Amino acid sequence: MRSIIGLLTKVKNRSTITELLYSLTAIVIALIIGAILIYFSGHDVWKAYYNLFYGAFGNSYNLAQTLLKTTPLIFTGLAVAIGFQSGLFNIGGEGQLYWGAFATAVVAITFSHLPGLILILLSLLAGAVAGGIWGSIPGYLKARTGAHEVITTIMLNYIGILATTFLLKNYFKEAGPVDQTRMIPESARMSELIPYTRLTWAIFLAVTVIIIIDYLFKNTSLGYDIQAVGKNRDAAEYAGIRADGIIILTMALSGAVAGLTGSTIVLGVLHRFITNFSPGYGFTGIAVAVLGRNKPWGVLLAALLFGALEAGGMSMQLFAKIPSDLMTIVQGLVILFVAAPAFIQLLSKSLRGADQSE
Amino acid sequence: MNEILESIFSINTLAAAIRMVTPIALAAMGGAFSERSGIINIGLEGMILTGAFAGVLGSYYTASPWFGVLLALLAGGILGAIFALFTIKFKADHVVAGVGLNILALGATTWLMQVIWGSRGSSPNVNGLEEISIPILRDIPVIDKLLGTQSPLVYLMFILVISGWFLLFKTPLGLRIRMTGEHPEAADTLGINIKGVQYFSVILSGVLSGLGGAYLSLGHLNWFSMNMSAGRGYMALAANIFGQWNPLGGFAASFLFSYTDAVQMRLQGLNLNIANELIQMLPYLLTIIVLAGAVVRSRPPEALGKHYEPGGEG
Repeated sequence: MRSIIGLLTKVKNRSTITELLYSLTAIVIALIIGAILIYFSGHDVWKAYYNLFYGAFGNSYNLAQTLLKTTPLIFTGLAVAIGFQSGLFNIGGEGQLYWGAFATAVVAITFSHLPGLILILLSLLAGAVAGGIWGSIPGYLKARTGAHEVITTIMLNYIGILATTFLLKNYFKEAGPVDQTRMIPESARMSELIPYTRLTWAIFLAVTVIIIIDYLFKNTSLGYDIQAVGKNRDAAEYAGIRADGIIILTMALSGAVAGLTGSTIVLGVLHRFITNFSPGYGFTGIAVAVLGRNKPWGVLLAALLFGALEAGGMSMQLFAKIPSDLMTIVQGLVILFVAAPAFIQLLSKSLRGADQSE
Repeated sequence: MNEILESIFSINTLAAAIRMVTPIALAAMGGAFSERSGIINIGLEGMILTGAFAGVLGSYYTASPWFGVLLALLAGGILGAIFALFTIKFKADHVVAGVGLNILALGATTWLMQVIWGSRGSSPNVNGLEEISIPILRDIPVIDKLLGTQSPLVYLMFILVISGWFLLFKTPLGLRIRMTGEHPEAADTLGINIKGVQYFSVILSGVLSGLGGAYLSLGHLNWFSMNMSAGRGYMALAANIFGQWNPLGGFAASFLFSYTDAVQMRLQGLNLNIANELIQMLPYLLTIIVLAGAVVRSRPPEALGKHYEPGGEG
């Protein structure tokens, strides 16, 4: 611990490494607090964390489960990160991904006669467009009225989930007790990488989107404009950037990426749209983006970590009998500690102080 | 059509709205104090949730709902203190830290529920607060139905909202709070303890939200369930903005939301030819419309969301 922090102070200038170490320290502190909670709830800490680790990385099946949980978090984390680049906090990933999933399922079922690859691409496009439209609404409200996107996106989450449920029940429901569409055709399903794991090439699509967004921010004028508005809206406008348009566009882009979360779950995992299918991917995406410092590649690393926590958390619940909600606590703590760099600086200062007094 | 109008304008719907406004108005007032001192408080949601949990926990172990209320106040205050520590001392981004706090509160209450009661859905039933009758109010015809017999926390909410308004706008402490959020430099020059004022305001917002949570769990349901706050903290924040960062305005805006919610529930019970999903959307839609309409004309405290270091070091 002390050597990590010692290293951390030495490389202060190299900001990426410093940020990485800050994030690692935050994760370690969060896991230590998690261990304390496990201990006080009367469980074996070693057994719990062994199962957490084994469940995430222990064998190829478990590793596939980690990657399966990572895929949606890459999309939702990236969606939040895109918003942050322009100073917008998109908490609406949940509603956006429901629209994405719904549009994808409807298109895949309606155009089932199309050849496989075209059908899949069309369904993905439908999901991205639906999510993008839903995301652009809070963007428009923010740009034109100043309504804070944190509140409007949360309200639009409730409305989006209710609206897709309404459309499903009234127009697309398969007969039976469960509120779900019928299965999408075989040709529209993404193929598995490892049999029986449900891990599909959606993970490669996610990484591709990361590369595209990374390129957008580093090499295009649009990416530059988005970041300029995020840093200082007035200055950006003074420089001739239409801030209103950029805000709406950023939220649409963010919503489109969130929409792909739902699309890939429908095409790769569920093979249909079901009400209440998301365990909160949109919200976990916030933690992923914060931990990944709102950078595309950072999001990938953070999504892997959270995917591992989710997959490992399941096995911890199964074999060590510790409710997997403990991982939600760890996620909340990670956000708090990462959001507070001054905390880790103070910690490193006091530890260095202890070093000197020895 | 008559049926719809009757349910919208009935005394029973109004009475339901008064009950439902209690947690939102309390948290909205918490938001007013926190934001008037310069700290954006997205964490209201987690504070309500934690208060609701602590209320049931206290009543479960002592069989006394009032002890539960006390524990809820304490838990809300502790959460407020943690939030204050991160946003003021550790200079965390207010919005990000608030979201982190909400995730932490959701995880912690759901986890503790399983550790203590072995169930992820809801807690066992506990002793809740008994409703009380107020002699004078009870004797006035219409008022009787609205305010004659209610949970003691409903009456307490009215008293607190009025005292909160008084504290914020009519006392020297209130002036200091508002000055801290508007002009921290000027406040600092005048010798106001900025961080002290901010800690006080944020912890107070936690205590008030905790009380709102206790009303949710002990006021009429008498149990705790997972994610019981269900977005009320965010509604409270919207109400606070719509109410111009004023406890009275926040109450009025909260009432608008809770009234729509009450109407929504009544309409669902009527078996109209409208899908329940569409009716359920009403309060959320209204929040957006009100917010979009209100913020154009409202101005937040000048230094809201900024970090200020007394003495000009920061």
